Amino acid sequence: MDSKASMPEPSYVSGSVTTAAKILVVGHFAVGKTTFIGSLSEIPPLRTEERMTQASAHVDDLAGAPDKVTTTVALDFGRLTLGDEVVLYLFGTPGQQRFVQLWEDMARGALGALILVDPVRLADSFPVIELVEKYGLEYSIAVNSFTDVLYGEAEIREALDLLPDTPVSYCDARDRASSARSLITLVKHLLVRTA
Amino acid sequence: MSAPGEEAPVSSELVRSYVITGGRRLPSADDLSLHMLVTLAPDRELPLGASPEVRAIWELCAGGYLAVAEVAAHLGLPVGVARLLLTDLADQGHLLRRSAPPPAKSESRLVIEKVLHGLQSLYA
Repeated sequence: MDSKASMPEPSYVSGSVTTAAKILVVGHFAVGKTTFIGSLSEIPPLRTEERMTQASAHVDDLAGAPDKVTTTVALDFGRLTLGDEVVLYLFGTPGQQRFVQLWEDMARGALGALILVDPVRLADSFPVIELVEKYGLEYSIAVNSFTDVLYGEAEIREALDLLPDTPVSYCDARDRASSARSLITLVKHLLVRTA
Repeated sequence: MSAPGEEAPVSSELVRSYVITGGRRLPSADDLSLHMLVTLAPDRELPLGASPEVRAIWELCAGGYLAVAEVAAHLGLPVGVARLLLTDLADQGHLLRRSAPPPAKSESRLVIEKVLHGLQSLYA
């Protein structure tokens, strides 16, 4: 890694914090996960990588490694201290089906997932929703509407085949208050589902 | 460096990780989840002959609590490698962990309530 020079000084978690919680911000490539996290995080979003081995049926020129290939996936995350006791981590998580190891790690201990969708690329969100459901995570949908094309909630619901009680919110991932509203919508839903 | 959510082939970095870990298998994520908070226990002395990576993690964690993922990001190490080094420190009694709550429903409901109240008071 060559990024040490630009790495911000560590900002430590307040000593009064007793609980760390994790929520996943999930979505397909370039849907705005890092922007969303950056708009809410109290620290500059950090990047780390997970290394994984995956089946390489689609990779054809790996002499000496016929079955597996090791790749790294970059993950961006941010942090939000809530009151004196709780710190919330938001992890941007790519939605590719083949990152099984990564998903096991990400899903472990997560409160739930916010699925960011791009209204002009709705089909790209199908595998993401499938993965979140596969790992048994509660979720809500946040439509990142950075274009002027407006799809109504009913159209989004129908296109994504959502259950009636799955919340759908609209956000502009660049805007802190707007991102916060979508996150609050998710957390309210999580509360209902753990009742 | 790859964009978030993008995969990149591993090159010489893999060799470097292998050297740092002494070729050991990376630990499972069960004990040190990405958001578990860790810090150095008080009044500890750096083990003799500590590697540069252990030295760096020692200095970083001496300052206060950080999540496992933050430790990895600040050190520029893959999560698995940072996790292995932290596991070593924990086994030697050098590390304090502030664990994530158990996944019991009543516990997670309490956490969700706190998260909701926290978000609402920040953004209401």
